[in-house]
Amino acid sequence: MPRVLLMVGTKKGAFLLESDETRRDWSIRGPFCEGFEIRDVTYDPSDGAIYAAATSSWFGHAVFRSPDLGETWTHSSEGLAYGDDRPKLTRVWNVTPAHGAVFAGVEPAGLFRSDDAGATWHHIEGLTNHPSREGWFPGNGGLILHTVVPHPTDPDRMWVGASSVGVFETTDGGVNWTPRNKGVRQDYNPGEPLEVGSCVHKFALAAGSNQTLYQQNHCGVYRSDDGGAHWTEITGSLPSEFGFVLGVHPRDPQTAWVLPLTAPEKGRFTPDAKAAVWRTRNGGGSWERLSDGLPQQNAWLSVLREAMGVDTLERPGVYFGAQSGQVFASADEGESWREIASYLPAIASVDVAVIAG
Amino acid sequence: MAQVRLPTALVTLFPGTPRRLVLPGETVAGVLASLEEQVPGIHDRLFASRLEIREHIRIFVDGEAAGLATPVPPRSTVDVVLAVSGG
Repeated sequence: MPRVLLMVGTKKGAFLLESDETRRDWSIRGPFCEGFEIRDVTYDPSDGAIYAAATSSWFGHAVFRSPDLGETWTHSSEGLAYGDDRPKLTRVWNVTPAHGAVFAGVEPAGLFRSDDAGATWHHIEGLTNHPSREGWFPGNGGLILHTVVPHPTDPDRMWVGASSVGVFETTDGGVNWTPRNKGVRQDYNPGEPLEVGSCVHKFALAAGSNQTLYQQNHCGVYRSDDGGAHWTEITGSLPSEFGFVLGVHPRDPQTAWVLPLTAPEKGRFTPDAKAAVWRTRNGGGSWERLSDGLPQQNAWLSVLREAMGVDTLERPGVYFGAQSGQVFASADEGESWREIASYLPAIASVDVAVIAG
Repeated sequence: MAQVRLPTALVTLFPGTPRRLVLPGETVAGVLASLEEQVPGIHDRLFASRLEIREHIRIFVDGEAAGLATPVPPRSTVDVVLAVSGG
């Protein structure tokens, strides 16, 4: 029977929640990477390793790796630096394994690559040295590269996202990068939207596609059908254009989930103090509110950009974690929800993997 | 040679590392270089850059606050302490 492994990154370490394919009863192990703030925890199906993007005010930043589902961990930050004559790298925000390599998104925004399972890292200079770099300004969370989306089959192609900067694409392994932000509103900037300056919060490739992307932005939800060259707004009936998380169905390119939050000046909470996830089944043509089992009063939840995961079971499960320490799980694509953990430290990330039992 | 005392939170990151080691070095920098030889990778946990100890870590020699250039007399004690400002 397959195992469902939920990897949760928190302000005080990583936690692993595990269930079977029923997703009814969950065990919790942790904290791992103690003392480190974990912004992302992810699974590499190519070798069964778990990676964690970690930062400590005492010990700095590192990427942790467990080869055995959390039993043992190693860590390294060798090469994960810009150099003594450049700004200090302050935090690792994202770790993404792809095509035999591991990528790390960091703050100040930049991209690093490891070809030895995280033991050593080298800097992808092409992105940091992009001609638009002088115009990169931090968002509320900082100048952070928080999303790495690998192409499913081409190892030289990927997209990355940086807050208040936007989406970039490379087709040559990171040597050259092209901004991909046309059509995305930048309501906080006077005048026409700039080539860079778009505040992407999260984006992902649609299932089975190498061209269709969904994006949750500061200013709405978007879809692109040409690899990010152009974006079309699909915010529609959502109660707020603002939110952080985005989840995509593992097989249906028309289905995605978001979790709208109130605008920044209103607190970035679940609207009306009622928790709800919204789902589209038609590529953003319409949205339905899903809240069965989620708190519907006095629930001012804040859910950060990395804190939603979708599993690959036949009826996909959807999961999200709140900064107030709760993890919510649905085993039926969001139709119904249960709180499966209540008292974790502030949650920054939720990811999920289905592993052979 | 100096006795070096390390905090639990640091040695936890390097399984098998004792909290107390005896290491050579004429300065704090020298002792920490010896520490890196014994515990590969620990330098990155202590240093923010090549020549700068991390902000929330303090080094003491025989109970006195020290910098990288501080001399370490023979048989002295070098403490690596996690500042209360961190964590």
